[in-house]
Amino acid sequence: MPIVRIERKVLQKNDDIAALNRVLLRKKRVFAINLVSSPGSGKTSLLEKTIAELKGKMNLAVIEGDVQTDLDAQRIARLNVPVVQIVTNGACHLEAKLVQDALVKIDLADIDLLIIENVGNLVCPAAYDLGEAMKVVVASTTEGDDKPLKYPAMFRNASVLIINKMDLVPYLNCRVDLLKENAMRINPGLLVFETSCSTGSGIREWSQWLLTNIG
Amino acid sequence: MHELSIAENIIEIVKQNAAVVNASRVNCVKIRIGELAGVVPDSLDFCYSAIIAGTELEGSRLEIEKTDIVIHCPACGVDSKVEDLFFICPECGGSDTKMISGDELWIVGIDFDE
Repeated sequence: MPIVRIERKVLQKNDDIAALNRVLLRKKRVFAINLVSSPGSGKTSLLEKTIAELKGKMNLAVIEGDVQTDLDAQRIARLNVPVVQIVTNGACHLEAKLVQDALVKIDLADIDLLIIENVGNLVCPAAYDLGEAMKVVVASTTEGDDKPLKYPAMFRNASVLIINKMDLVPYLNCRVDLLKENAMRINPGLLVFETSCSTGSGIREWSQWLLTNIG
Repeated sequence: MHELSIAENIIEIVKQNAAVVNASRVNCVKIRIGELAGVVPDSLDFCYSAIIAGTELEGSRLEIEKTDIVIHCPACGVDSKVEDLFFICPECGGSDTKMISGDELWIVGIDFDE
């Protein structure tokens, strides 16, 4: 028997659910960000600072993805923001179905901005559409300036790059200009912010951009 | 290590298609993976073999073809292969390029026995 040609995406099922998530979010006028990075880049700290800056100016909700524990959700809940924790129990990325189930637990009618904090991993989350409006990738200066070249898919798929831990640059060998150059050669349209969650630098610019461009 | 999850998706699609044509045996599944898909072929192969052990798909194998990253430049209209992850058009230096291949993760076809 000849080979039966199928020509379909392996992750079509995920993409179909992601499309449903996208329709729902658009209908409810919720702008959704898929926040991705390696573990320890400061995603949750950045989220805390961003929430503090935007509180009272727009309504936020958060979906936290982690392999284990609800520690991150506890941190966000302290800021009185609706938060749903997804524990993947070992899986290295969020999938659209997990987000679909989490969306049911949030009253989307009141929400302007939904931030989905993905599992810390620069490889696997790149392959799974969740239904977000855009991916924001966080790269911290402690990871070095070569990460965009090592994990190109993530930097290609993102719309915004946040370079975090800028306060540590004097103590590191990381060249921020080279980090940016490496990211921009893969994705010339990338919008870049430089932040520090310790000093608070850059948080206002990033938050202001969200305020201006969402809604 | 999402290759395991991808292998599961492949197996689900293969089983659905095998049922439709009443296949007695699956020999080979042809997969296309782009350079930028973030999937390691050897790892996918390993995961596939591990999951099909003891199932009706045991004995089948993946045949994986890799595709280059190709961009299209709307400014000059030229398609070019991306070398060393430079997504800027080598013809005109345009930066607003669109990727037309390189992120595929596709099942191309299945070789069944009736």
